[in-house]
Amino acid sequence: MIEQNLLLLLALLPFIGAVFAATLPGTARNAAALLSGLSLISALVVLWGLHRRVIDEGVVLSTLDWVPSIGLRLTYRIDGFALFFSALILILGLLIVLYARFYMAKSDPMPRFYAFLMLFTGAMTGIVISGNILMLVVYWELTSIMSFLLIGFWHDRPQAREGARTALIVTAGGGLCLLVAILLLGAMVDSYSLDVVLQSGDLIRAHQLYPVMLSLFLLGAFTKSAQLPFHFWLQGAMVAPTPVSAYLHSATMVKAGVFILIRFSPALGGTELWFHTVTGVGMATCLLGAIVALFRHDMKGYLAYSTISHLGLITALAGMGGPLAIFAAIFHIANHATFKAAMFMTAGIIDHETGTRDMRRLGGLYRAMPITSALAVLATAAMAGVPFFNGFLSKEMFLAESLQPFDGSLLATLLPWGAGLAAFFSVAYSTRFLKAVIFGAPATDLPRPPHEPAHGLRLPVELLVAVCLIVGIAPAVTLGPILNLAATSVLGPGFVAPHLYIWHGLTPALQISLAALGLGGIAGLLLSGYIARGPEGPPLVHRFQIARLYEWALLTFSWKLPRVVERLIGSEKLQPQLRLLIVLVIGFTVAALWRGLKIYDNPVQNAPSVGFALMWLVGAACALGAAWQAKYHRLAALVMLGGAGVITCLTFAWFSAPDLAVTQLLVEIVTTVLLLLGLRWLPKRDEEIAADKRPVAHLRRGRDFIIALIAGSGLAMIAYVMMTRPLTPSIGDWFLENAYHEGGGTNVVNVILVDFRAFDTFGEITVLVVVALTVYALLRRFRPSAESAPAPVQQRNTGPNALRDYLHIPSVIMSWMFPVLIVISAYLFFRGHDLPGGGFSAGVTLAIGFLLQYIASNVRWIESRLTVLPIRWMGIGLLIAGLVGLGALLFGAPFLTMHAQYIDVPLIGRVPAATALIFDLGVYAAVVGATVLMLIAIAHQTLRAARVRDIEEAAAAQAAEQAEQPPTGARAPAAEPTGAA
Amino acid sequence: MEVILSLAIGILCGSGVWLLLRPRTYQVIVGLCLLSYAVNLFIFSMGRLSPGAAPIMPRDGMIDPAQYADPLPQALVLTAIVISFATTALFLVVLTAARGMSGTDHVDGEEPRE
Repeated sequence: MIEQNLLLLLALLPFIGAVFAATLPGTARNAAALLSGLSLISALVVLWGLHRRVIDEGVVLSTLDWVPSIGLRLTYRIDGFALFFSALILILGLLIVLYARFYMAKSDPMPRFYAFLMLFTGAMTGIVISGNILMLVVYWELTSIMSFLLIGFWHDRPQAREGARTALIVTAGGGLCLLVAILLLGAMVDSYSLDVVLQSGDLIRAHQLYPVMLSLFLLGAFTKSAQLPFHFWLQGAMVAPTPVSAYLHSATMVKAGVFILIRFSPALGGTELWFHTVTGVGMATCLLGAIVALFRHDMKGYLAYSTISHLGLITALAGMGGPLAIFAAIFHIANHATFKAAMFMTAGIIDHETGTRDMRRLGGLYRAMPITSALAVLATAAMAGVPFFNGFLSKEMFLAESLQPFDGSLLATLLPWGAGLAAFFSVAYSTRFLKAVIFGAPATDLPRPPHEPAHGLRLPVELLVAVCLIVGIAPAVTLGPILNLAATSVLGPGFVAPHLYIWHGLTPALQISLAALGLGGIAGLLLSGYIARGPEGPPLVHRFQIARLYEWALLTFSWKLPRVVERLIGSEKLQPQLRLLIVLVIGFTVAALWRGLKIYDNPVQNAPSVGFALMWLVGAACALGAAWQAKYHRLAALVMLGGAGVITCLTFAWFSAPDLAVTQLLVEIVTTVLLLLGLRWLPKRDEEIAADKRPVAHLRRGRDFIIALIAGSGLAMIAYVMMTRPLTPSIGDWFLENAYHEGGGTNVVNVILVDFRAFDTFGEITVLVVVALTVYALLRRFRPSAESAPAPVQQRNTGPNALRDYLHIPSVIMSWMFPVLIVISAYLFFRGHDLPGGGFSAGVTLAIGFLLQYIASNVRWIESRLTVLPIRWMGIGLLIAGLVGLGALLFGAPFLTMHAQYIDVPLIGRVPAATALIFDLGVYAAVVGATVLMLIAIAHQTLRAARVRDIEEAAAAQAAEQAEQPPTGARAPAAEPTGAA
Repeated sequence: MEVILSLAIGILCGSGVWLLLRPRTYQVIVGLCLLSYAVNLFIFSMGRLSPGAAPIMPRDGMIDPAQYADPLPQALVLTAIVISFATTALFLVVLTAARGMSGTDHVDGEEPRE
C-alpha cells in the first residue's frame, strides 16, 4: 500500500515544485532553484523507496478513482524500465537545475523558468509511469507544450518564437497522430491499460488496422524523437536557453519517442513492417545526422545534429528488436543522455564565457579554459565512442547488432555499412570540434576574453564526465543491474542479461569501430579547414532543407490558401451574407417540405370575420408601408411599424391569448419610445441617393423583392397548411391538466413561465439584464455623428424660456398618471398567477410609468425629484430569482422547483401563495431595471451631448480669444439643454 | 380566418425579409421588428386558432384540454417577445454608435464604392 502512495507522490512531486516555484517573486532565483532541486531530490528519494519493490515484484501499480461513474481512473505503473527512465529524468533534472542557476542571467525571470522546468519534469515522468495509455498521450502533449514554452522562454526574440512554434506544430501534430493510434489500439484490445496492451501483441499484429495504427504510432514517435523527415524542429529548438537544450532536446524529451518504441516493441514490433520502417528511418537519420553535424559551424547546431544522429541509432536498435538490440538501446539512452548533456553544458559554458558559439571564430581554448577543455575532450571522446568511455560500449553493441543477418533484405544488407559510416562521421565531427574549438591557434577576436566559469556551472559537467568514465571502465558493476532490470521488464522474464565486457576479442564490430576511429579522426583533422570555409551544412545538400518545405507548407495552408478561399467565397459585406443565409433557409425548407406540404383532406376552418379581415388590411398596409418608407421617411416607417404591432397585439387578443396581447402592447410602447430616442441620433437621410437611380440598384432591388416574395409566400403557405390541420394532442395538454394542481395557478401561460419552465425564464431575464448592461456600456463612450451633435432644429434659436411650457397639459397628466401606473403595475403583478398579467408585463408597466415622467419633464427636473437605480433593481431581481431557485435545493428538490398553495386573506379572499410568486417578483424587478436602464441610458445622451457641446464651444471661444482675433459675428447661443425627448 | 392570418404572416415576413436585405441600418432594424411579428404570429398559430376559447382555467382545475387555448405556443411567444425587444434595443444602440463612428448608416460602415 505504501508503495502505491509513493508512486502517486512521485507523479505529483515535480508539479508541486512547479506550483511553489511559480508563486515566487520574479527575482527569487536562488529560492526557485532550491525549491525545484528539493522537489527533485524528494522524488529521487521516493524512487529509491520504490526500487526494492520493483526488483521483487516487477511491477508496482497505483490506481486512483477519478470519475468512477464513467470508469475513469488514474493508473500509475512503474516497472524496471520506468524506474530506469525516471531516475534518468530526475538525476539529469537535478544537474540542470544547478547548471541553470549559474547559467541564466540575473535579469531572467527565473521562477517562471524553474516552474516550466518542473512542469516538464512532471510531464516527462508522467509519460514514463503512466499505466493507462490515454494518460500517456496527455502527458506526451504536455511535454510538447512545456517544450514550446521553454524554447520560447526568451520570447522577445523572434527566432525563439519561431523555433518554439515549429517545435510545437511538429511534436504536437505527431502527438495527435499518436492519440489516434492509441485510440485504435485501445479499440483493438478493448482496454486502455498498458499491461493489457503489452500482453496482446498477437491480437494487435493480426488486426486488419495494424498498418494504419502502426503508421500513426510511428508518426508520433518519429516527430518527438526528431527522426527524418521531422528532424528540422530540433535544430530550430536550439534557440532555447542551453539548460533547456541539454535537458529537453538531448537527454529526455526527445527520448520519449524512442521510449515508446522500446516500451511497445513487444506488442507492436517483430513484424516486417516494423523492422523496415523503424530500422530504416532510424538508420537513415543516424547516418544523415552524422554527416550534417560534420558541416555545422554553430556549436549547438552541431550538437543538435549529433543528437539527431544518436536518436536515429537508438531508433534503429528498437526496430531490430532482438533482446540484445533492446538492451543496447536502453544502454545507449543512458550513455547518450550523460555525454550529450555534458557536451551541451560545455558548449553553454563556452558560449557563456566567450560570447560566441561559432566554431570558426573559436579556437585554442585549452589555454584560457584548461579544465573546461579537458571536460570537453573527455565528453567528446565518449560521444565518438573511444574505448574506456560509456559511448564505446553501446556503440559496439549497435555495430554488432547491425551485423545480424535479419531477413536478408536489402536493408539488412546495408545496415552494417550504414552503421560503419555513421560511426566514421561521428568520429570525424568529434575530431573537427576538438580541433576547431579546443586546440588550434587561440582565437583573438572573441567578444569576451575567455576564462574558467564559476564552479557551480562546471560541477554538473564534471559529474557527468565522471559517470561516462566510470561506466565506460566498469559497466557491469555500475549500470549493469539497473539495465538488466529495465531490459527484463521490457522483454519479459526470459531475458538473459549479456555480460558487459570492454574486451570481446577482435570481433568484426571492434574492427569496424577501430577503422572508424582511425579514418574518422584523420578525416576530421584534414577536412576541418575546408569545412570552416564552406557553408553551414554539407556541400550541395545544404541547399535542400526540409525546414523550407515545412515553412512553405505552413505559409500555404495557414495563410495563403485560407485567404484564397475567403476571397472566393467570403464577403465582409453584410448584405450578401444575409442574402446567402436567407436563401439557404429557403432552400433547406423547400428540401425538407418537398412534396410533403399538402392541405389536409378535411381542413379545419374558422368562419372568416369581416372585422378581422379589415383589421389585417390595415396591418398589411402598415407592414408594406413601413418596408417602403424605412429608407427616407424613418418617422413614418416607425409609426407604421407601430401600427403593425398593434394589429398583431389585437390578433393575440382575438384568439384567446390575453397574456400575449398585454405583453405585446406594453413592449410595443417601449420599443417605439426606444426607437424614437434612437432617431434623435440618426441624422436625417439625404433626400436622394444618386446610386439608387442606377439600373444596377433597380436590378438588386428586384432580386431582393423576389427573395422576399418567396420567403413571405412560403411562410404563408406553411402557416396555412399547419393551421388547417387538427391539433394533435401535445405537451400543452399536460400543462393544462397540471397547472392548477402542480403549479397553483389558473393562468396556465404564467404558470408555465414561472413554474414549469422557470429555468427558461431565469435565462431570459438574465439575457435581458446582460443586454441592458451592454447598452449602458456602449452608450458610456457614445459619440454622436457630426450632423446630430448640435442641438436639434426645434431647439435652436429659441430663448431660454421657450421650452418652459412645452407640452404643459400632457405633462401634468403624465405626472398624475404615475401613481395610477404603479397601482396598475401592482395589480398586473399580483393577479398574474391566476389571470392575465404577471411579472413581465407588470415590470414593463412600471418602466413605462418612469418613462412617462421623463417625457413629461426634463431630465434634470425629474432626476432631482425621483431616484431610480436601475442596476440595483436588476441585481436584486436576479438575486431574488436565483435565491428562490436555490431555496428549492434546501428542501431537497432540484433547482427552481416551486411550491404552490392558496391562502385565505381576510377581506381579500383566497389568493395564490406560491414560491413562484417570489420568483415572479425577481422577474418583475429585473425587467423594471433592465428596461429603465436602457431607456434612461439613451435619454441621457441628450444631456451628455449638450455638456460636450458646451465644453467644446467654450474651448473654441477660448482659442479664439487667445488668437486675439476680434469676435466676428456672434455665435449661435448654446441651446438650453433639456431632457425632453 | 386561417387564410387571412396566413396572408398576414406572409406579408409581414416578406416585408421583413425585404428590409433585412436593404443597405441602411434603420431599414434592417424595422425589418427585424416586422420579421419578429411574423415569426411570433407563426409560432402562436401552431396552437391553432381558437377565437372565443377560454384562456384561464376554473379554480378546480379539472378541465377538458380541447376547450382551452393551447398555452404552450403562447408561453414560447411570450419569451420571444421579450427577447426580440432586447435584441432590438441592442441593435439600436449599435446602430447609432456605428453611425457616430463611421459617419454613414450603411450596414457595412462605409458607403459602397461603385
